[in-house]
Amino acid sequence: MTRQEQTFFNEMLTGSDVRAAYESLQRWQADMPSELRTLKQHEAEELFRRVGITFAVYGEGGDPERLIPFDMFPRVFTADEWRKLDRGIRQRAAALNAFIADVYDRREIIKAGRIPEHLVTRNEAFEKAVVGMRPPRNVWSHIVGIDLVRTGRDQFYVLEDNCRTPSGVSYMLQNREIMMRMFPQLFHENRIAPVDGYASALKRTLASVAPQKCDGEPNVVILTPGQFNSAYYEHSFLADLMGVDLVEGQDLFVEGDFVWMKTTEGPRKVDVIYRRIDDAFLDPLCFRPDSMLGVPGLMNVYRSGGVAICSAPGAGVADDKAVYTFVPEMVRFYLGEAPILENVPTWQCAKADDCKYVQENLSELVVKEVHGSGGYGMLVGPKADKAQIEAFRAKIAERPENYIAQPTLALSTVPTFVDEGVAPRHVDLRPYCLVGEKIELVPGGLTRVALKEGSLVVNSSQGGGVKDTWVLAE
Amino acid sequence: MLSRTASHLYWMARYIERAETTARLMQVGARNALMPDIGGGYRNDWEAILQASGTLEVFRDKYGETRQRNLETFLFFDQDNPASVMSCMAQARENARVVRTGLTSQTWDAMNSSFQDLKRMHRTERSKLSLQDLAEWTSNACALIRGSIASTQLRNDGYHFMGLGFTLERADNTARLLDVKYYVLLPSLTYIGSGLDQTQWVTLLRSMSAHRAFHWTYKGEITASRIAHFLILNSQFPRSLLTAVQGTCEHLDHLARGYRQTSRAQSAARALYGELAEAQVEDIFDEGLHEFLARFMRQNAGIAGIVQDTYLIGEPA
Repeated sequence: MTRQEQTFFNEMLTGSDVRAAYESLQRWQADMPSELRTLKQHEAEELFRRVGITFAVYGEGGDPERLIPFDMFPRVFTADEWRKLDRGIRQRAAALNAFIADVYDRREIIKAGRIPEHLVTRNEAFEKAVVGMRPPRNVWSHIVGIDLVRTGRDQFYVLEDNCRTPSGVSYMLQNREIMMRMFPQLFHENRIAPVDGYASALKRTLASVAPQKCDGEPNVVILTPGQFNSAYYEHSFLADLMGVDLVEGQDLFVEGDFVWMKTTEGPRKVDVIYRRIDDAFLDPLCFRPDSMLGVPGLMNVYRSGGVAICSAPGAGVADDKAVYTFVPEMVRFYLGEAPILENVPTWQCAKADDCKYVQENLSELVVKEVHGSGGYGMLVGPKADKAQIEAFRAKIAERPENYIAQPTLALSTVPTFVDEGVAPRHVDLRPYCLVGEKIELVPGGLTRVALKEGSLVVNSSQGGGVKDTWVLAE
Repeated sequence: MLSRTASHLYWMARYIERAETTARLMQVGARNALMPDIGGGYRNDWEAILQASGTLEVFRDKYGETRQRNLETFLFFDQDNPASVMSCMAQARENARVVRTGLTSQTWDAMNSSFQDLKRMHRTERSKLSLQDLAEWTSNACALIRGSIASTQLRNDGYHFMGLGFTLERADNTARLLDVKYYVLLPSLTYIGSGLDQTQWVTLLRSMSAHRAFHWTYKGEITASRIAHFLILNSQFPRSLLTAVQGTCEHLDHLARGYRQTSRAQSAARALYGELAEAQVEDIFDEGLHEFLARFMRQNAGIAGIVQDTYLIGEPA
């Protein structure tokens, strides 16, 4: 055994025995000749390319349409494991929504002294423009992506919450499609809960938050920044699965009390906008005046209840890394329940004591920017050299409130196909929880895997890949 | 249907049609280059071909001399040439990518796989690709895409916007090809040309994949009047102006019926169709072939403009 297998929790093994959930996969990979494996790997890539599942990287030269590496070895959760995650995820999504609704309304949680006021009101994602608003069903974040990591048999941590427009769900769906197409026998041998209900659940969720002024079947659209956005494939894929129009800002206009889309038969009213653009770009009259992506006047219509925007503008106030620390508190405060999912212990550099500890232990910690994403602007202490550490020390000293730090987590591993055969690689998980009239969660999510040996960074922009994620049926 | 979606479908079709026209031109040019060099021979012909696709200037700036190797690269791969097969297919594919939701998976697959092929060919050493292969590849790829559209797309408004893209572009391309060659047909109606003229006429027919069809349709001699009739007024030939305009009328009628709203584009297209249906070749030559074609292209572009205003811009009516 390598050092790695001893130190990190390997999801396939108990001691040195293969767990029941992985037995058939273990046989499957052991019986697969390496030529067949290569062949299948090529087939998978070809399928991804043909379907056009790419993410776009512009401005770096080379092919702007890249594939995210797909690893064929699935990751498995048993029904028991999933049951706990399922409850925890729903609970967290409910609490986050209650929090957002509260901070734009009576701010009970601040009055109760459970979260410092400045974290809310001085948060860059706090939208003054929506204070006092009450969106349909008082739901603010309709698609909550909760990033989870595992460090032991029963130990999961939430790494971060995504309350705005979490992406990647198209990979969850396509990874499954491709596995079913390439390895149907695995699906006969295992009882794997389907994920393909996601699109109809998403549509149901969006339709359920149509504004009161909408009578009849709501007209739902997806608003994309356009074909050059890296997630454009996902936008068009979801529009296609739901059977709704994929619109850009230029396709919409405001007239009277409503938002309209330009069609070949003239204007048609829009009731629900699932936007995949940031708040700042939604409405040049309200936010960034230079935005070409948005719709002038949209916010006025939104405020007067003429259209629903999902996620609601301002929802981002709940998902920055400083507010993150308080999510378990939100669960207790709003739901009166004990939090099922744990946070990673986090030091806030804004607090003098925490900051001192962080500065003294930089080589042990992971330091992140409060507003950063995508694995950029981040220090992984144990992997960093002296110069990088000193650079971060200076940055933290300069703007302590901009940083948080967490212990380096021993992320679990899942067997992964590598050049030499199969080897453990670190993974995380992003499930997509839908919040509308009901809270819905399909059994599964996106497993991202760090393909480089020993790497803990799973972001696709930094050499990460994806896996199909199985939840075994009861 | 979202106006922008309709617009992407329409332009996708136009670019596919255009790619095919360019491939045809390549074939013709290469064939001419094999012909004996009578009176200035092939060089002029390549220039005429570049003129037909409106890219002579771009070519001269970039390559100077009309060498065949350069021409192949320019017409097939060069992304600086907006009419190259590569540029047109990339545009078609980009339009398709944006509106994937409006395409069946077969159509998208045909479009996307063709483009992936093309990228692979682009990386292949040029000397391993013959011009004939490149041109044939293009007609095959376009046939595959058209076939997928014809056999799998719903006959909804999107289908008819694609149809309009094909017919409007085809009418324009045929007229343009004919116009470049009009001087060959010009001298007089009864004029039976020299050997060179014959060759040029045959070339013109070939460029429309119509050489054999012509002989099936018209017995006897190739004459200016028969060629003009075939390419302009023949209702059986799929690339004639008449057939193309007829197609435009049909697609517009379908749209108007589906939307329960007649359009100005319909009346304009019908007027043009009516004129062509009744025209005699003699009338065309009386007006002057070049003048006639210029007027036709203007009218055809006029219809395209109304389609744009009525359906593709989506301003509130």
